[in-house]
Amino acid sequence: MSNTTPSPVGDIVALEGVTKRFPGIVANDSIDLSIRPGEVHVLLGENGAGKSTLIGMLSGLQQPDEGRILVDGKPTPITSPRQALALGIGTVFQHMMLVPTLTVAENLLLGGPWWQRPRTEELEARVAEISKSLGIVVKLNARVSELSLGEQQQVEIVRAMVRNSRLLILDESTSMLTPQGIEELGALMRRLVEQGLAIVFITHKLKEAAAFGDRISVLKLGRKVGEIPPERFRALGEQEIISEIVELMFGKQKDDPEAAERSVASVHTEAAPLLQVVDLEVAPTDNAPGLSSISFDIRPGEILGIAGIDGNGQKQLAEALAGQRTATSGSVRLEGTAIEKLSVGERSRRGLRYLTDDRLGEGTVGTFPVSINFFLKQVGAAPFWRNGVEQRAEIDRRAGELVREYDVRTPSLKTPVARLSGGNIQKVLLARELADGAKVVIFNKPTYGLDLANTLASRQRIRDAAQRGLAVLLISTDLEELLSMCNRIAVMANGSLVGTVDNADDARTRVGRLMIGLAA
Amino acid sequence: MTGLFSEVFLSALLFGAVTAAVPLLLAGLGEQMSEKAGVLNIGIEGMMLAGAYLGFVGAFYSGSLWLGFLTGAAGGVAVALVMALLCVRIGLNQIVIGIALTLGLEGLTALLHHFQFSRSYPRLPAPNPTVIPTLVDIPVIGPAFFKHHLIVYLAVALVFAMGYLYRRTQLGLNLQAAGDKPAALDVAGIDVIRTRTIAVLSTGALAGLGGAYLANVGAGLFIPFITNGAGFLGIVLAMLARGRPVWVLFGALLFGVCLSLTTAMQVAGINIPTDVIQMLPFLAVMIMLVLFGRRASLPAALGIPYERGAR
Repeated sequence: MSNTTPSPVGDIVALEGVTKRFPGIVANDSIDLSIRPGEVHVLLGENGAGKSTLIGMLSGLQQPDEGRILVDGKPTPITSPRQALALGIGTVFQHMMLVPTLTVAENLLLGGPWWQRPRTEELEARVAEISKSLGIVVKLNARVSELSLGEQQQVEIVRAMVRNSRLLILDESTSMLTPQGIEELGALMRRLVEQGLAIVFITHKLKEAAAFGDRISVLKLGRKVGEIPPERFRALGEQEIISEIVELMFGKQKDDPEAAERSVASVHTEAAPLLQVVDLEVAPTDNAPGLSSISFDIRPGEILGIAGIDGNGQKQLAEALAGQRTATSGSVRLEGTAIEKLSVGERSRRGLRYLTDDRLGEGTVGTFPVSINFFLKQVGAAPFWRNGVEQRAEIDRRAGELVREYDVRTPSLKTPVARLSGGNIQKVLLARELADGAKVVIFNKPTYGLDLANTLASRQRIRDAAQRGLAVLLISTDLEELLSMCNRIAVMANGSLVGTVDNADDARTRVGRLMIGLAA
Repeated sequence: MTGLFSEVFLSALLFGAVTAAVPLLLAGLGEQMSEKAGVLNIGIEGMMLAGAYLGFVGAFYSGSLWLGFLTGAAGGVAVALVMALLCVRIGLNQIVIGIALTLGLEGLTALLHHFQFSRSYPRLPAPNPTVIPTLVDIPVIGPAFFKHHLIVYLAVALVFAMGYLYRRTQLGLNLQAAGDKPAALDVAGIDVIRTRTIAVLSTGALAGLGGAYLANVGAGLFIPFITNGAGFLGIVLAMLARGRPVWVLFGALLFGVCLSLTTAMQVAGINIPTDVIQMLPFLAVMIMLVLFGRRASLPAALGIPYERGAR
């Protein structure tokens, strides 16, 4: 082997120009990556940056559309999980891949030849050896469903070791761990690389990247936007690394087509707020964070942005304001009138509108025609319904107007809305929610998954709405979008607003620092 | 009423119960295997019918019951092959395909039988029982349990073989993983589709064998719709047994007693309408479901076709 590799430490696995497309999006755009033994290679990026797709290709679940993967310097297509394992690539997926009804030992034995009896004794010896060298305890006879998530993760790491993995991929492994568990995982990774393993550690938390990594690659919207090699990594202090990463993750790119214009209209600061939220609280549920003491005002014509990593309570905030989620306490005032006790429909009638990010799930009824989807929230009401009977002519007339006004590209009014592209479905939603009587509009990720043209069009609609004097709450995970549109940007983390920044020149870095848990 | 509790009557009742239980046992064991691997096999009634028909035809023309069992099992496998192709490989809806297979086989077997035998129902000679010495001399129990065809003892032995398979072998682990968390099995390097296909084909073989037993030994002839819901009872048994083969055995015996009782009560001439008596087994199903149905635990991925890396 040593005679073929020019450098002392060759790549175990290398990616060359790997591209993967899914319908409507480019998940990975010609990515180069080199993974070496004895290194923790951190893949850093926000949700939707393409990290999980990359892992899917390395673990044999998905195949690249373009580019190639080299294993030990030789181009090797990884066509199945079995082959990935055979090549020594072990993956600990973000969602646990253990069978909850089986014991730990049985899970570790899974994958052996089916005609054999499970080799329990051999496994016990192997696991004892591995867990001793790593300093962790594995309860072989415990049922997986009885283990904590941290314990399950250790089982998965041990499993990768039992299979003689040379490369261990950890996908968002810290997202479900306690702070202490994260520390332990960090120490464990260090011991593993000291044994000569290569580790790919995926995270969106900057501090972990800086603390545990040897080499960092930053992904953004499917592209690799930068890499910090080990030499630089060692030379820089933690703070310098973090600020360099912030620059890579949130910095402006020279060829960014979205950076066209940045027109933020000024707002009359003396105007009375249209929407006032004071100490809004929502109890957490099993799969969603709660909200704690959320307070803000939005004045007419103002766009308030909510930034933050996805899943920090943004959707809960939108739903609590719209009335779809019960708030435990706090007040919501629309033009000075308390509305927190009102129903969803009543809030909507009074002018509080919510554009969901779940366009096909809760935003529209996919099988209904475009025309009906414009009036979903007025079903049964005049003039579109009379005495419970649909007034087809009236609906079609008004729907036709909206289609023209909002430039919805649809074959006909009768086309089921699910057949339209994401951008056109969004136009239908915009038309519906911005219609007569809108005063406050909440947009949840309005351009998520849209192509550039539709993104720009949607943003213009939102700006126009603010120009007309509406108050806009714009929730987005795209910092660029917020910076180009908002008057102020509030940052959300763990269900509360950790800070609000006026959209001035230094807003980018201040918001970026708030997002990763540093003071502004 | 004296005849009802005589030794001979009781022994005949239990003998009938075992005979009625064997097809249910085989169907239940088969269904259990499919369900363990995550495939809800509603087509099992159709597989049993195919087994009953082909098993009868095989035995009728060859004169060998064993050959009949073989052709019966092959018939079940043939239907299972369709099921595996459509539901496991292509990933179509298991319930719809299962119902279609059952209805299709009901029609097909009735039609073929009509072509071959017109309206006559030829009988097979009575099978030679394998008598187990000494044990058969126990009063009541002996003649009821130890004077059956060899395949009955094999079916009971299969219960324990299955228990061993599920708990002690690699294949057993794979089957359970395929039903509880197929993605985990896939990333462990085992083909989920293949594992499930093996399970469905085994189900077909067991169900076909059960059908062949029902026709060749239980009835001694084939009539259209002869299974009369035995496959569906097998589904109930598998569901209530919570993955343990031995519970399928107990359940099958219980239903067997009910089925046997319906015959016995008619023979004894008790003054209840036949239709009410014939309801008994199904009433027992409902009672069992009310009593234990809530505690039935089914595999998490039951009925969900597996697709790798589905987003």
